Amino acid sequence: MTIDWNHFTPWASLGGGVLLGLASALFVLFNGRILGISGILGGLLVAKPGDASWRLAFLIGMLVAPVTLGLVAPSQFLGPVRIEASYLLVVVAGLLVGYGTRLGSGCTSGHGVCGLSRLSPRSLVATLSFMAAGFATVYVIRHWL
Amino acid sequence: MNRRFSNRLYEFLVGLLFGWGLLIAGMTDPGKVIGFLDLAGLWDPSLGFVMGGAIAVGLFAFGLARKRTTNLLGGALHLPTASQIDRPLVIGSLLFGAGWGIAGFCPGPAIVSMASGQPKALVFVLAMVCGMMIFEGIERLKRRDSVSA
Repeated sequence: MTIDWNHFTPWASLGGGVLLGLASALFVLFNGRILGISGILGGLLVAKPGDASWRLAFLIGMLVAPVTLGLVAPSQFLGPVRIEASYLLVVVAGLLVGYGTRLGSGCTSGHGVCGLSRLSPRSLVATLSFMAAGFATVYVIRHWL
Repeated sequence: MNRRFSNRLYEFLVGLLFGWGLLIAGMTDPGKVIGFLDLAGLWDPSLGFVMGGAIAVGLFAFGLARKRTTNLLGGALHLPTASQIDRPLVIGSLLFGAGWGIAGFCPGPAIVSMASGQPKALVFVLAMVCGMMIFEGIERLKRRDSVSA
């Protein structure tokens, strides 16, 4: 195993992670809900009246994150991103992520952050499953094909 | 300020904080995510630090929440009740992981990256919403079948 020192950002990633944990903490302690993005977005698609507005408010907050962070933080956090997948693969990936997170009841935030923090065995199994599939998929794409 | 408005403002601010966290952590760069998932290539361990930082804070908050029946404001506490480790959980998570590995996007970072003006992130989010609607459609068919049977 070779470490990619050029892209490794331990402090920014740790700090960003603490903010993710803080947001999840504030959400469960004062709102009483699990901060899971696939659940918040997926629930919006089938929301009953009265259950949609909090989801929308949260998602709008996420949508204004890039422009507001650009005002207060160094531009390195909005730096160039690397998207190698073609448009066709991006569509396939999006379908898999949308269907899979709803079938599996969560994604990296709901299972990976909140579920593991709750010590939920269900979320541990989900997290190990999507991590394993992620490692395997990247291995196949980068080193087999 | 009425209660309903302040609640929506609160959810908006938590969403904003979450989006900032994703950006600062580097999660909105699919190259960084795939760099973490590529154990056999040049490995970028950053994502492990993201999870470590988030869970360190989360353990404290959920430890507190678990001992309670309401949230800190006395309102409802909606914690998941399912405990069964079943086939949908595992198959769904495997499908999600495959999609995550293909594009390097999971739902949160894709939404934030779309708002940064990345065309591929917009396409990803549209496809993801389609995937979610397909799931809901299949669930609806299953329910109808089980009612008529």
